[in-house]
Amino acid sequence: MELTKIKDFNELLSNISDSLNGKQREQLRDQIVKDIYSNAEVIADNNVSMQGEQTGIGEKIDDILTSKWLGFPIMLLMLGGVFWLTIVGANYPSAMLGEFLFWVEGHLSNLFMAVGAPNWLHGILVEGMYRTLAWVISVMLPPMAIFFPIFTLLEDLGYLPRVAFNLDNLFKKSGANGKQSLTMSMGFGCNAAGVIAARIIESPREKLLAILTNNFVPCNGRFPTLLILSMIFMGTVGGRGSSLLAAGIVVLLVLIGIAITLLVSWILSKTILKGIPSSFTLELPPYRKPQIGRVLVRSFIDRTLFVLWRAIVVAAPAGGIVWLLANNTIGGVSIIDYVANLIDPFATLIGLDGVILMAFILGLPANEIVLPILVMSYLSLGSMIEPDSADALRGILVNNGWTWVTALCTMLFSLLHFPCGTTILTIKKETNSWKWAIFGAVMPLTVAIIVTFLVNQIFTTLFL
Amino acid sequence: MLLTQLPLGVISEVVSLEAEGIKRRRLLDLGLIPGTQIIAKRRSPSGDPTAYLIRGTVIALRSEETNLIKVR
Repeated sequence: MELTKIKDFNELLSNISDSLNGKQREQLRDQIVKDIYSNAEVIADNNVSMQGEQTGIGEKIDDILTSKWLGFPIMLLMLGGVFWLTIVGANYPSAMLGEFLFWVEGHLSNLFMAVGAPNWLHGILVEGMYRTLAWVISVMLPPMAIFFPIFTLLEDLGYLPRVAFNLDNLFKKSGANGKQSLTMSMGFGCNAAGVIAARIIESPREKLLAILTNNFVPCNGRFPTLLILSMIFMGTVGGRGSSLLAAGIVVLLVLIGIAITLLVSWILSKTILKGIPSSFTLELPPYRKPQIGRVLVRSFIDRTLFVLWRAIVVAAPAGGIVWLLANNTIGGVSIIDYVANLIDPFATLIGLDGVILMAFILGLPANEIVLPILVMSYLSLGSMIEPDSADALRGILVNNGWTWVTALCTMLFSLLHFPCGTTILTIKKETNSWKWAIFGAVMPLTVAIIVTFLVNQIFTTLFL
Repeated sequence: MLLTQLPLGVISEVVSLEAEGIKRRRLLDLGLIPGTQIIAKRRSPSGDPTAYLIRGTVIALRSEETNLIKVR
């Protein structure tokens, strides 16, 4: 059509539209949709033939996965199963990688010695950067390489929409959108991705709820921290077979995260984000046979390597900085000691200590490096153990005064505290407002401080 | 009757949509025009939402929406 004709046509349409009242306009739209569908039906009838029964096995699976009594237990079992496989599977390769990388460190040190490099250079590069890197890789890589493919497999099968279907009522009651459980699932991989995924929610109010609460799902940067701490502190309580207990504890933490997501959503939709839930439609697509090869490649390259690379890029400089902080002094004490002592009184109130809280603050660029920074800081304070195994790590933490309440509070703080720098910037981008970005960091921090304070006070009084 | 009251497994037909504005548009987008066949497939463990078979696709709707759809 020529340009002028299109213009005429548009004018005609707007003239018609102006002459109609609301009711007539609605009727016109209904008629248009009706015509489109009847035409589509005719075309489809003539050209598309359905093969075989569409219902069948998929329906039977759905009957079980969304059934009244089994729906929720199966979801918990799946979640626990994924965590358990990750814990059991990651243990051995983690130890091997750790051993290998620290063996390399020994040789690197020898090399530096042989060429007569100055002590500070060896310190920054090997004891700071390399050691932190070795830590991030040996601790993060195995769990991610196991967790991501399993999770992508569930995603590929089509299980996630069933989870959204099961959980929707809870979200409705807290004034949020059922699709929020999908953005939360994305959050397990990466909170920044979860925040971007909130674009699938149309109502601006509900989208904001999903963005602001995504932090309460432990992303894979924090997930290894939770796994490792529950493994070495909670897991060893029961002796053998304790990996089940450790997985159970991580499930419990995730449930706490979900409960807090719902609670915060509810409070926000009663206060600063008032409103009623908008319409909700969710497709339950048929189950598909996952393409195993593609799943493995995709989860390894897109997720595992991507996340690991990000961690490495942040961890190396952070390791260098921590070494500098540990080896420069203010009035006779190292800067780490100095800062840690400064914030220690507050940190102790919420069940942590100054070093733990400092590690969380230094971990702002990427949550992956919190545990490595923590261990490096403890090591710099005198302990000489090489953190190449879970047992050694346990030793380091216990030597620095950790109890299981410290571990619990650290896990809760990690679960709740604040999203990483990337996620905060993503919130700014998605909401186009620094106000919401800052709120998205301060609100979780407040929640984290309240929760850990209560847990610490209650558990210390009751049990220690 | 309202779509909300439709028992599971019974084949029915859309009579009219009571929804207005954006909600009506969403429902029309799914192909819910008068005469469309609709079957309630399953309910979420807590009773809401319910999944319906609409034009070969399974779609979950909350009671807020199904209360606005008349079927027979």
